[in-house]
Amino acid sequence: MTAVVQFRDVTLGYERHPAVHHLDGAIQRGALLAVVGPNGAGKSTLFKGIVGLLKPLSGKIDLADLGEDEIAYLPQVAEIDRSFPIDVYDIVAMGLWRSAGLFGGIGGEDRDRIHEAIAAVGLTGFERRTIATLSGGQMQRVLFARLLLQDARLIVLDEPFTAIDTKTANDLLDIVRRWHRENRTVIAALHDLELVKAAFPEVLLLAREPVAWGRSGDVLTAENLLKARQMCEAFDDQASACVEAA
Amino acid sequence: MLIYTTLIAPFIEFEFMRRALVGSLALALGAGPVGVLLMLRRMSLMGDAMAHAILPGAAIAFLLAGLNLLALTAGGLLAGLLVATLAGMVARTTELKEDAALAAFFLVSLAAGVTIVSIRGSNIDLLHFLFGSVLALDNQTLLLIAGITTVSLLVLSLIWRPLVLDSVDPGFLRSVSRAGAPVHTLFLALVVLNLVGGFHALGTLLAVGVMMLPAIASRFWARDVTMMVAVSVGIGILSGYAGLLLSFHAALPAGPAIILVAGVIYAGSVIFGKVGGLARRLFPGRHLEA
Repeated sequence: MTAVVQFRDVTLGYERHPAVHHLDGAIQRGALLAVVGPNGAGKSTLFKGIVGLLKPLSGKIDLADLGEDEIAYLPQVAEIDRSFPIDVYDIVAMGLWRSAGLFGGIGGEDRDRIHEAIAAVGLTGFERRTIATLSGGQMQRVLFARLLLQDARLIVLDEPFTAIDTKTANDLLDIVRRWHRENRTVIAALHDLELVKAAFPEVLLLAREPVAWGRSGDVLTAENLLKARQMCEAFDDQASACVEAA
Repeated sequence: MLIYTTLIAPFIEFEFMRRALVGSLALALGAGPVGVLLMLRRMSLMGDAMAHAILPGAAIAFLLAGLNLLALTAGGLLAGLLVATLAGMVARTTELKEDAALAAFFLVSLAAGVTIVSIRGSNIDLLHFLFGSVLALDNQTLLLIAGITTVSLLVLSLIWRPLVLDSVDPGFLRSVSRAGAPVHTLFLALVVLNLVGGFHALGTLLAVGVMMLPAIASRFWARDVTMMVAVSVGIGILSGYAGLLLSFHAALPAGPAIILVAGVIYAGSVIFGKVGGLARRLFPGRHLEA
């Protein structure tokens, strides 16, 4: 097994306040890892660190041999301008950026792949609908279709199933399972512990400090969850410099 | 026969009308797509601000070199780019948002420009700077406008994909490419370039009209960007043609006539436009089965 992401005493945060504190560990190639923890536990911060949007305050995140275009990232709140006049097909087609780039053409084979991706998320027939007319769940399906085309080796999903009905969540979960079968590495922040137990073999329980990391059965114990819940959410403005960091 | 004398004869009989027509067509062709993207990037007012920012640059050039086409163009371009850059810097380094920074810059620019022109020029010169002289386009100016349109269409076609992506989903673009920032800068340069072209024909105050009015009106007729660009160019061309005729037959100043026609088309689009126009909202018809 080789590590795709290696955390070496990583602390991530904002204005010197840690949001993820002293994380060590590795995500193996082909892992299907759920990151769970209360709101404010540092899940999104960790993901921003992995995809390179946030520099660690200390420590290091090693991405083995992954180029930045081999990472696909679905943020919790996408910055998409839903009023922009563009249709589903064109949004999904953006997933081909790695192969098409700035100027490359999109040929017949690419068009087939776009239609396949749209079909895989159950949106056939929606190709020419503008994104302004989609429901929240449909929009999430569109973003998954785009992720499919990105053909990335590491896929980072920040709360992909929040505010989405069970049917949509199950359909999208099938796609996550497909990625797992294709030996891609998938990391997802989730709140539904039943779903995590059912579908994710590996779990990182985070509450600013890493509480536990391992097989989901071992991590999601009552004791660990209680520990995570007791975490203090607010930053302390009077906090002194971390001793461990010295 | 009446149709011929009203709609066609003025352009056959008078060379200055033909030149004005060619100039407005070229302007519409370049400014149409730029305007649509400005609007979709929520920068409509930015275009206005940058148009005013051109004035002091052109005015200083006028002070130094008189009514020299190249000097005016270079001065306008430099001032426009400078203000765009400075406003961006103020917005990034202080608490001020970019629109507020631009508002401050364009007011000062307009005042400075008018003052500088008045130092040396007459009121006629000032009117030329503010409202242009579309009926007095010489070969050089026409070539310049056509050149600007050509360059801006070429550049737009090259940066179209990242530009649209940066407008819809900047976060995604950032995750796959570093093209976002340079593309934005290049686009701002195109805005300034087209405004300088428009400045020669329509002056600083109206140049932005041929860019924004057709673009805003096009939103009421099309559901996707590409169609919007086509509609916007069409409206721009129609405004140029109809505006020149209006000015010819009613003896009105040509530049303002062109913008007024564009304004009427805009009003018509708001009321009758098939995508979200008022009439459709008030009388939507019976709802559908599914």
